[in-house]
Amino acid sequence: MSWFTDLYQSAVGKKAVMAVTGIILFGFVLGHMIGNLKLYEPGTYCAYLDASGTCASKPLPYLDAYGAFLRQVGAPALPASGALWIVRVVLLVAVILHMWAAWQVTRLSQAARPSGYVNQPKRHTSYASRTMRWGGIIILLFVIYHLLDFTTGTLNPGFQEGAVRRNMLASFSVWYVALFYIVAQVALGFHLYHGLWSLFQSLGWNSPRFNRWRSTFAHAFAWIITIGNISFPLAVWTGLVR
Amino acid sequence: MNLTLHVWRQKSPADEGRMVRYEVTGVTEHASFLEMLDILNEQLIQKGEEPVAFEHDCREGICGSCGFMINGEAHGPLPHTTVCQLHMRHFKDGDVLHLEPWRSKAFPVVKDLVVDRGAFDRIIQSGGFVSVATGSAPEANLIPVPKALSDRAFDAAACIACGACVAQCPNSAAQLFTSAKVSHLNLLPQGQPERYDRALSMVEAMEKEGFGACSNYAECEAVCPKGISIDFIAKMNRDYLKAKSTAVPKPPLEA
Repeated sequence: MSWFTDLYQSAVGKKAVMAVTGIILFGFVLGHMIGNLKLYEPGTYCAYLDASGTCASKPLPYLDAYGAFLRQVGAPALPASGALWIVRVVLLVAVILHMWAAWQVTRLSQAARPSGYVNQPKRHTSYASRTMRWGGIIILLFVIYHLLDFTTGTLNPGFQEGAVRRNMLASFSVWYVALFYIVAQVALGFHLYHGLWSLFQSLGWNSPRFNRWRSTFAHAFAWIITIGNISFPLAVWTGLVR
Repeated sequence: MNLTLHVWRQKSPADEGRMVRYEVTGVTEHASFLEMLDILNEQLIQKGEEPVAFEHDCREGICGSCGFMINGEAHGPLPHTTVCQLHMRHFKDGDVLHLEPWRSKAFPVVKDLVVDRGAFDRIIQSGGFVSVATGSAPEANLIPVPKALSDRAFDAAACIACGACVAQCPNSAAQLFTSAKVSHLNLLPQGQPERYDRALSMVEAMEKEGFGACSNYAECEAVCPKGISIDFIAKMNRDYLKAKSTAVPKPPLEA
């Protein structure tokens, strides 16, 4: 642990921690978006077919079956929902470290210029990089809402545990909820773009061989995740998915 | 041409300071920006007023002494140019220009547009050197240096330590300067024995001075008069992180 705390002492170390936790969170949002594509899979999934080939279990929408799979994955080696909880703990630690380091480097940077310019300096940097801090706060508020909507069901109209597709339709049928999701995903897209590029710098992954691909990589995944995520509320809202 | 200047006037480090408006007349477009300030100062002296203090030395763009903000841009609007090499033909008659010193906790204002950049000197003192046995100069080609490496090292060594990177950075971070100085030596064979110690010492010296943290905005690269690339920041981060993860702590020096 002393190695970690020693590294974390420095601002360069804090940025490395932000980059590594950012990679973990990026992996999660990518997987989350891909998993949600199950919304578009037509028909139902049958977990158990009997010898004659007829369905012996309750047929589920693919999205619900995928949700059930996430709770069962790792069984029987892991207890029920074991893998799910491991992932949740890792994500929670990553989110806390990411925000804590962001808070500290922000304070450090604010302290580094106690008396500001009379004429605000011209900015050459991207919109995405300038909005990292507020974008992060929007994403945090969104994640809290999102958990209350689909994990605890507190804010979901007529929430049913495990009925993932039903809950999704119920939530996104309300136009302002759908709009809030879309706005939050745009904020996530900008945050991801700068983050995915920036992490290469923070971790020192720099080489003339791949430098020009860093921005392409960041653009590609920011767009893929944003378009994928926006498509879900949009599809429900416009009635393409019922 | 005639110009309206709003210049930061501050008598001493303790003084609060304020923007003061000046009209400067009869400036030729062939004058450099500093020569324009010389004209202003002559006009101020004739009126019995205190001339505007600004730092300068070579006026050839290589010493790193000059530099201040012109309308929110370090060294003014022309890329890859220090204020001494910025000529008035890039401005037009009637322009209104706002001049401010670099603003950073680590660069206290000495007077008007002059700041104390001693923080940079202390970063250099912490590791911006190679330890060699002194004596006569070694034979020039004794240590072969690949051309690509010497070119890259020279790109880093082009840093004149003017402080524009810190001034433009929204975080007031000194990563571009420090990384140029770390990389310049860490790329070359002569710098290898102290490579990781250098990365550790110089990053730590930089942070001790009270500069901010790098957010990878690349504002520094946009205003650097020598076009230093932020690639060097990544290189410094790599050396620092590697040093932190793998380096064996140095035994304390014997008294």
